[in-house]
Amino acid sequence: MGYVHSDGRTNGSLSDQLPTAVKILIAGGFGVGKTTMVGAVSETKPLRTEELLTEEGVSIDDLDGVEGKTTTTVAMDFGRITINETLVLYLFGTPGQDRFWFVWDELSLGALGAVVLADTRRLADCFPSIDYFEKHGTPFIVAVNCFDGARQYQLAEVQQALSLDPDVPVLLCDARSRESGKNVLIAVIEHAMRSQRMERENRSG
Amino acid sequence: MSEPEESDESRWIDDHAGPVVRPYAVTRGRARPVTGKFDLISLVSTTRAVSTRDAGLGPEHLAIVALCDRTLSVAEVAAHLDLPLGTVRVLLGDLLERRLVRVIEPRPAPVLTDDGIFEQVINGLRAL
Ligand SMILES: Nc1nc2c(ncn2[C@@H]2O[C@H](COP(=O)(O)OP(=O)(O)O)[C@@H](O)[C@H]2O)c(=O)[nH]1
Ligand SMILES: [Mg+2]
Repeated sequence: MGYVHSDGRTNGSLSDQLPTAVKILIAGGFGVGKTTMVGAVSETKPLRTEELLTEEGVSIDDLDGVEGKTTTTVAMDFGRITINETLVLYLFGTPGQDRFWFVWDELSLGALGAVVLADTRRLADCFPSIDYFEKHGTPFIVAVNCFDGARQYQLAEVQQALSLDPDVPVLLCDARSRESGKNVLIAVIEHAMRSQRMERENRSG
Repeated sequence: MSEPEESDESRWIDDHAGPVVRPYAVTRGRARPVTGKFDLISLVSTTRAVSTRDAGLGPEHLAIVALCDRTLSVAEVAAHLDLPLGTVRVLLGDLLERRLVRVIEPRPAPVLTDDGIFEQVINGLRAL
């Protein structure tokens, strides 16, 4: 294992003691339970961080003389799970789906995988997330958050309604439950591991 | 640290956000760090104690040095300081240049070629 430092140095044997961080994204439409799930499984209540943007959705890092320009903010909720002494898992709830895609690019870069939360009463709300992860090759699963009063669908119905690749796991969850959230995270990691194995095998012919 | 609110989206499409003054005051107008990339999950830890007499460091720099006594991600630093990410990246660049912090960048996804990380995460989650 090699860890690249900011100054470009790569460690050899020392690297085993250095901590590393990985992330999983929690995506889906507004109000589907992203922040709820992040909070349910994380070791602290959800944290929030903000990025400043111009109204056009361009990162201010890309501009000069931004002081006078109108800016807006995009907020990301996230949580932390310490896996062991050298590995930390961060969970990021993705922000709204129709603006500022570059924030998604930043979030999805290097992500182990993504969970797309779906509400069967508003299934279409998760289309943009699914499109995004399919297009970017991010391994993802769909977790149907079981709100009270929502009709229970067969998972196969959901899979079909979302036109998912048959390889993409679809499961039920309760975003408020820590145990359920853990199972969802394990499912996405197992799926990501399978996807990567398949890719490796395809590459080696 | 700010509380997550019921609706992200009300802030997300916030048309009332005017020109932002404070973050630029903190960085003295700088939008980019002098050095370093600072991914959201780059891990930051303090290398040594720092005195308030260290030239060119403001209270926010000192707050980061104190905070990163334990290893924290860039996103956590920003959340705890309640400052935008861009601002925190500039401050971290100043600290990295002075070697007051150590930064471990996450590994790019294509480098995750073994199952080790996946298995560690699964085992860690099962043990929670
Ligand atoms: N009944 C029920 N309510 C939920 C569930 N998940 C989330 N909620 C509620 O739905 C609202 C929106 O959830 P939130 O996590 O903020 O959604 P987000 O916009 O995706 O982050 C909150 O009031 C939650 O308490 C669930 O599984 N069942
Ligand atoms: Mg939310």
